[in-house]
Amino acid sequence: MADHKSGKNITELENRINDLERLSKEQKLDLSNELGTLKGKLEQLKKEAFNKLTAWDKVQLARNSERPTALDYIERIVEDFTELHGDRYFADDSAIVAGIGKIAGLPVTVIAQQKGRNTKEKIKRNFGSPNPEGYRKSLRLMKQSEKFNRPVLCLIDTQGAYCGIGAEERGEGEAIARNLMEMSMIKVPILSVVLAEGGSGGALALGVADSVWMLEHAVYSILSPEGFASILWKDSSRAKEASEMMKLTADDLKEFGIIDKVISEPLGGVQKNIDSVCEELRKEIPAEFVRLFKMNETQRTQNRYDKYRQMGRFKD
Amino acid sequence: MLKGMFKKNSPVVDAGIVQEYDGRKKKPEVPSGLWIKCSECNHSFYKKDIEAAMMVCPSCGNHFRMSSTDRLRLIADEGTFDEWDKKLSSVNPLEYPGYADKIKKLEEETGISEAIITGQAKIGGIDSVLGVMDSRFLMGSMGSVVGEKVTRAFERATEKKLPVILFTASGGARMQEGIFSLMQMAKTSAAIARHNEAGLLYITVLTDPTTGGVTASFAMLGDIIISEPGTLIGFAGPRVIEQTIRQKLPAGFQRAEFLLDHGFVDMIVERKDMKKTLSKLLSVHVSSSWTSQDELSIVERMKNTMTNAIENTINTVNTVMGGGNNG
Repeated sequence: MADHKSGKNITELENRINDLERLSKEQKLDLSNELGTLKGKLEQLKKEAFNKLTAWDKVQLARNSERPTALDYIERIVEDFTELHGDRYFADDSAIVAGIGKIAGLPVTVIAQQKGRNTKEKIKRNFGSPNPEGYRKSLRLMKQSEKFNRPVLCLIDTQGAYCGIGAEERGEGEAIARNLMEMSMIKVPILSVVLAEGGSGGALALGVADSVWMLEHAVYSILSPEGFASILWKDSSRAKEASEMMKLTADDLKEFGIIDKVISEPLGGVQKNIDSVCEELRKEIPAEFVRLFKMNETQRTQNRYDKYRQMGRFKD
Repeated sequence: MLKGMFKKNSPVVDAGIVQEYDGRKKKPEVPSGLWIKCSECNHSFYKKDIEAAMMVCPSCGNHFRMSSTDRLRLIADEGTFDEWDKKLSSVNPLEYPGYADKIKKLEEETGISEAIITGQAKIGGIDSVLGVMDSRFLMGSMGSVVGEKVTRAFERATEKKLPVILFTASGGARMQEGIFSLMQMAKTSAAIARHNEAGLLYITVLTDPTTGGVTASFAMLGDIIISEPGTLIGFAGPRVIEQTIRQKLPAGFQRAEFLLDHGFVDMIVERKDMKKTLSKLLSVHVSSSWTSQDELSIVERMKNTMTNAIENTINTVNTVMGGGNNG
C-alpha cells in the first residue's frame, strides 16, 4: 500500500498463502510450519508497509470503498438508536443521519454524515455531501439535546458540503456559518470523530466540539487535495503532491493541536476489523462524556472558546 | 359475483372516509357482522379481521381512522390509564343553531364527551401524560373544551415533570365556537412553551387527518413528530387549496410521506410498531443523566449493557429454537 510495489508484493504473498492452505487441505499435507513462517512474514511486510503510509495513501484509505460508513459505527456503538428527520423548514437531508439513542445506557444525540455503502445508497445519500437542510437538521437536534441535557456525538465523513444551485439558493454558506456559531455556545458536551474524510467547511460544520478525535487513517483538510491543487496550481491531477503538503493526516493534526486524539486502526485499516475499533470507541466515548460533564457549563463552553481562540499561526 | 351480492344486501362502509362535516350525513357506524371496504385498494374484509389488525387494511396496509378508545387500548399499558377532566363539556357561546343538540347526539353515539381524551398512563412502564383525539366527534375539531383539556394536560405534566404524548386527528378549529376556538391555538401553544422551558419531552403522533388550527398549533410543536403512514397533514385542506388556486393537486400532496420529505416529520411509524417506538423514545428521555456518573460506574454500565445484549441474544436464539421445535 505504501508504494505500489510493496502493495503488490503483499497481495501476491497473501494469495500464495491461501493457495498453499487450500492445497494442504486438499492433499491432506501438513504444511503448518511453512504456513506459519509465511504468515509471520506477511504480517511483517504489512506492518512495514503501513508504517510507511504517505499522506496520499491515507487519502486513498479514507476513500476506500470498503471503509465502513457512519451507520456501521452507529450500529455498533449506539444502543436503541432512533433516527429523526427533517429541518422543519424545507426538507430532510439523507446525507446526514441524525437521531437519539444510548451509549453505556445513557442518552446521546448522534449526528453523522453518511456516504452510503453501495451505489444505490450513495445516490440516496448524495455521496455524503450535505445540503443546507442537513446542517439545519443537525442544529435543530443539537438544540434539542441542550433541552434534554444529553451530549452530542458527531461522526464526520464527507468530501465537503454539496456544490449545487439549490444548495446555494437555500444558503449552504449561511447554514454552515450558523452551525459554527451556535456550536461554539451549545451548553452540552460535543464530541466529534472524523471517521474517514473531513472535507472543508462541510466537515467543520459538525466539528466545533469540546473534543475532536480522528481515526488513524482519516484525513481532515481545508479542501480535497484535488481542489487544493486545482486552486493553487490550476491542475487537479497534482492531487498527490498537494496531499503531501497539506498536513491532512491525523498525526499531523494532532501535532498542530487541531484534534485531540487519534484512534488507532487495525493493520490494513478499519475495514479489516471494525469491531475492534468500535469496542475501543464504546469505552472511550462514555468516559469522555463523563469527563466533559464534570465541568460546569460555563467552564466547558469557555474551554471550547479558548481552544478555537488559540488556533492560528502568526507573528505579532 | 359474490361481491355484488354483499353489496346489494348490506350497506358497504367505506372505513377510509368518515363523513362528519355538516352533521347531516348519516354516521357510518358499522353494524356488527358487516364488511369493511378499504378506500385505497377496494378489497373488502370482515370487520372483525380489520379490528384484529388494529384497523389496518390487511391487503394494502392502509391505516383506517381509529376511535380514541381503541387507540388508548393500543398505547397505554393495560389498566394504567387515568382519565382527566372527563366532565368538561361544551357550551354554545355563539348560540349557533343546533350546536348543543349536535354535541348531545354525538355524546350518545360515540360514548365520548369531546374530541379528545386526556389523562395519565404508563407507556412501556414509563409514566406519561397521554391525549388522544377522535375524528368521530365533529371531525376532531378544537373548541374551548379541547383547548382547555390540552392546556390542562400540559400544565399538569409540567407540574408533575412528565412527558406528553398527543395523538392528533382534527379538521382544525371548531367553527361553531368562533373566535374562542381560534384562541385555543394561542392558549395551548403557550402551555407547551412552559412545558418546553421545563425541559420536558413532548411527542406528537399525527393521525389522519391533522389539519387547520391543530396543525398550526400543538400538532407541529412536538420535540419529536411522528406520523402514521398516509396521514393527511396540512394547514389548509386540499379542497380549499384546489378551489383557491384552481389547480389539481399532485398525488401524495400533504400526505405524511410528503411531509417527511419536506422536513416536517421526524418519522413515519406503522400502527403495529407505535407503542414499541414510543416506549423506546421515552426510555431515552428517562434514563439517568451523565452528570451523576463517574468513570467507574460507566465501566459497570458498559458491562451491564453488554450482559443485557448477550442475554437478549440468548433469549432470541432460545425462542427461535423453541418455536422451531414446537412448529
